[in-house]
Amino acid sequence: MSRISQYLSAEHYQCDTLFAEAESAVAEARWEQATPLYGEFRIETEQHFRREEEVLFPAFEQATGLVGGPTEFMRGEHSQMRRLLSRLDHALSSRNAEQFLGEAETLLTLMQQHNLKEENVLYRLAGQALAGETDDLLEKMQALEAQA
Amino acid sequence: MIPIGLSFQQAPPISVPFRFFLTAPLFLLAAAALLFAQGPDLMASRHSAAALAATHLLTLGFTSMIMCGALLQLLPVLGGVPLAHPVRVAWLVHAPLVAGTICLAMAFMSGHALFFHLALGFLSMAFGCFGLWLVGALRKIREGGASIQGMRAALAALTVTVAFGLILAAARSGGLAIPYVPLSALHPLWGLGGWTTLLILGLAYQLIPMFQLTAHYPVRMTSRLIPALFLLLTGKTLGAFVPGSAGQALSIAASLGLVAGNLWFAAVTWQLLSRRRRKVPDTTLQFWRLGIGLLALSACMALLPELMDDGLPESWLLMLGVCVLPGFILCVIQGMLYKIVPFLTWFHLQSAYPGLGIVPNVRDIHARFHADRQLALLAVAIATLAASSWFPQLARVAGLLWMIHAAWLEINVLQAAHIFRRVHRVARMRTAH
Repeated sequence: MSRISQYLSAEHYQCDTLFAEAESAVAEARWEQATPLYGEFRIETEQHFRREEEVLFPAFEQATGLVGGPTEFMRGEHSQMRRLLSRLDHALSSRNAEQFLGEAETLLTLMQQHNLKEENVLYRLAGQALAGETDDLLEKMQALEAQA
Repeated sequence: MIPIGLSFQQAPPISVPFRFFLTAPLFLLAAAALLFAQGPDLMASRHSAAALAATHLLTLGFTSMIMCGALLQLLPVLGGVPLAHPVRVAWLVHAPLVAGTICLAMAFMSGHALFFHLALGFLSMAFGCFGLWLVGALRKIREGGASIQGMRAALAALTVTVAFGLILAAARSGGLAIPYVPLSALHPLWGLGGWTTLLILGLAYQLIPMFQLTAHYPVRMTSRLIPALFLLLTGKTLGAFVPGSAGQALSIAASLGLVAGNLWFAAVTWQLLSRRRRKVPDTTLQFWRLGIGLLALSACMALLPELMDDGLPESWLLMLGVCVLPGFILCVIQGMLYKIVPFLTWFHLQSAYPGLGIVPNVRDIHARFHADRQLALLAVAIATLAASSWFPQLARVAGLLWMIHAAWLEINVLQAAHIFRRVHRVARMRTAH
């Protein structure tokens, strides 16, 4: 597994853990804990999207010439997830557990099949195509974290 | 370096998997109706005409039907390979699979050679088209994970199963003299222990950690178990044809290995599920738990015939068959189906009409299934069917329970299809205005 793939796959794992904790807190009506947990999940997820959209995808498109292909489809799924995240924001602020759990389950399924496509295909291809630029790309991705 | 035509926009239209998912419960219903109609006669022997008809309605009409539909949907996602001509492939597999299953059930019940010949033709076409598509798709996947390895092994096992099945059908219709007894044991072994189980293993490696947020399966399992099980099935097959004690020893050793391998998978899966990071209740998880429990039970039960010189009562073997097919396999498949169907319904609607506020989420769709109550019914239906192996007077009750279960499953998939059509219609009306 390439280092780019390792770095971004580890972020998927981290986001999943935060998601599961926030979801459990809402299911058990622990709203005081749910709010910061969800907040952390939201920030981590958005940072992950930005690392891909602002660093990985443009580099991949430039190296392979594949513009409007898999990266474009991944951006589309990010938009779908962002729409679900705003519905989750609303459910959390109005403390509507039923709506939150419904949107959360939908997001989880979408997120997991999205991660699968990235980890099985896109990251592998990116690891090959961008082998010479790995250090530079990882540095740029980490810099985004510092800015956030 | 980059596969030509790589695109993630390869999910086939929803009609492709749904035609399989909508048809499969009808065959389960037909098998249950046959059990209800025939009652104790069907449970007299695994080789009675009605038992063979019901078994093939299940294995071809239900299990293979859903597995073909699920693979047409999942392979593009798991492997990143676009599905060329998805609707055409779906037609070429689905229609002959339906016709072939019906003909084969009628062939067993009537004994007419014509039905056997028709079944041979239709099923060869269905599995031939499916196999060719799958070979083509798997060849395009350059780096296969354990799931892809599982699909390759499952496809090879399907080929062996179909080949043995075709020979048996030709023999039964009177055209071929063959060693019937070993083949009639090896055909279900490759079908259930090979094609179905290897595919379930491969999918579980990917889907269990993904949807239940568990740890990954250990690498020593994902890299070795599927090839090992395949080799053991081959060893068992060779053992059946090698004369004398050498053949017998090979057969017993292979059986012990198969039992150990399946128990290992069951134990690891159970452990992963009990340590999952996601704590919110999920009924699909309970279908898996019941299925995995039945797999472990079946593996232990399968040990006994190997250790007994003189064979076991037919009731024991019937009960083993019940624990494997309507038990383990059906539970796991239904668990997967209840995850896939609501998601596909939501995903296709959401992708087509992103701004529309009336698309129900997957939990809303799933809630209509009343899956927890259905799981309880399924457990009772399995237990009653297993008990009717020993007490055949229970067979009609078991048939009735399975008819209710099958009808309920069909209604649930129909509900998802209905939601899809309704939202689609409303969305089109809104865009027209």
